[in-house]
Amino acid sequence: MKKLLFAIFLLTISTSIYSQDDLLDILEDETPENTSENIVTSTFKGTRILNGHSIENRKDKELEFIISHRFGAINLGFDELFGLDQSNIRFALEYGLTDNLTVGLGRSSFEKTFDSFFKYSILKQKTGASSFPVAVSFFGSIAAKTQDEEFPVLERTFSENLSYVGQVLIARKFSQSLSLQVTPTYIHRNTVRDIADPHGIFALGFGGRVKLSKRVSFNSEYYHTFDQSTSIDARNSLAFGVDIETGGHVFQLILSNAITMIEKSFIAENTGDFFGGDIHFGFNISRTF
Amino acid sequence: MKSILTIVCCFLFVSISHSQDRYLTKSGAINFYSKAPMEDITADNNQVLSIVDAANGKMAISILMKSFLFEKALMQEHFNENYVESDKYPKATFKGDILNFDAITETPSQQKVKGMLTIHGVSKEITIDANFTKTEDAILVDGNFIIEVDDYNIEIPAVVAKNIAKKIKVSFDFNHKPYKK
Repeated sequence: MKKLLFAIFLLTISTSIYSQDDLLDILEDETPENTSENIVTSTFKGTRILNGHSIENRKDKELEFIISHRFGAINLGFDELFGLDQSNIRFALEYGLTDNLTVGLGRSSFEKTFDSFFKYSILKQKTGASSFPVAVSFFGSIAAKTQDEEFPVLERTFSENLSYVGQVLIARKFSQSLSLQVTPTYIHRNTVRDIADPHGIFALGFGGRVKLSKRVSFNSEYYHTFDQSTSIDARNSLAFGVDIETGGHVFQLILSNAITMIEKSFIAENTGDFFGGDIHFGFNISRTF
Repeated sequence: MKSILTIVCCFLFVSISHSQDRYLTKSGAINFYSKAPMEDITADNNQVLSIVDAANGKMAISILMKSFLFEKALMQEHFNENYVESDKYPKATFKGDILNFDAITETPSQQKVKGMLTIHGVSKEITIDANFTKTEDAILVDGNFIIEVDDYNIEIPAVVAKNIAKKIKVSFDFNHKPYKK
């Protein structure tokens, strides 16, 4: 009898404990495991770290208009208003075909170059049960130089003016404030200035951001090029800058030794010496529709 | 001895029936609406969890912030990243009492609900009116109320002051079904 009583007593306690469960705890237990909520988002604010592409894509059916400027070198002095008299511009329209695929068309004033690109996100960084440490995207672009040569004898065909870029973007958001990206890059140019210059160039990019506040971050980016052109005094590209986000805009203020804004130029054809003072002030402004 | 046994049995029975008096939904709807001079912003969440305990009139709601869907993906990103900081505060919760639960019948009636609303890590006591209907196998709740973003330490920078209202209208609609564990 006592045993039975004890058993009933235990049962009572256990059921009453159960029924006293905090209602929020029950909701916690009932919350479905939703993997899409575990995808890490906002690794970078913009689709560019500074000069080069970041892992971020435009979302489905979003159109972004990007205006980028790079001014002349700061060390040109007061006569050129520290480079502000010279200006290099790129306009681009970039569109999200899906959440994972962005395509874009751009036109740079430097060598009157048109470029088109795609960026496809293949792997997402995830937390939780199905965690994955990094996000991976593929990037490919074709650029066509349309500026006439100085001497007609140097005139090239359309296909001779093409160059191609392939990149694998690998990024990780380490915390709310720190994100890093590594970018193996291959560039192929159909025509080079000098026979000794390589047609194919390998480079490795490093980029990162540190958030200074909710809407401002400090970014830096460096591309190490393994086979530089010898006909020019080629240098690796280095850039520092800040992202400022306001509603539908992202402003990026940039100090870089590169004066161009597409991969094949600022990685493979950059001659600025950052620490010698060949620093170009510039900005990217994007507006999303 | 027998009387003790009876009492214990009664307790057992009470607590069992007690746990059967709960009503739950996993697909509750919450909408919020911000009306500002430059633009109106609205977002829907149809995966809200809500539970009502008919034995004592207590109610709890759990809202996953990342489940709010916006018209523009960028708005959704900014909402999660800059305003409610979903990585730090993934959920908003409400826990409180339906003040006059016994008055709820099959005829819809307005009742006061009082409790703690927690958004962005900040808890604030609120009292709101909601429409309740209780049928044999459901408890229906709907209504709306206004929250002030300042109350929850959600900062709206001056540059977007014309895009985002300081007072947000929140509408909700829950259809609770009997909850069996």
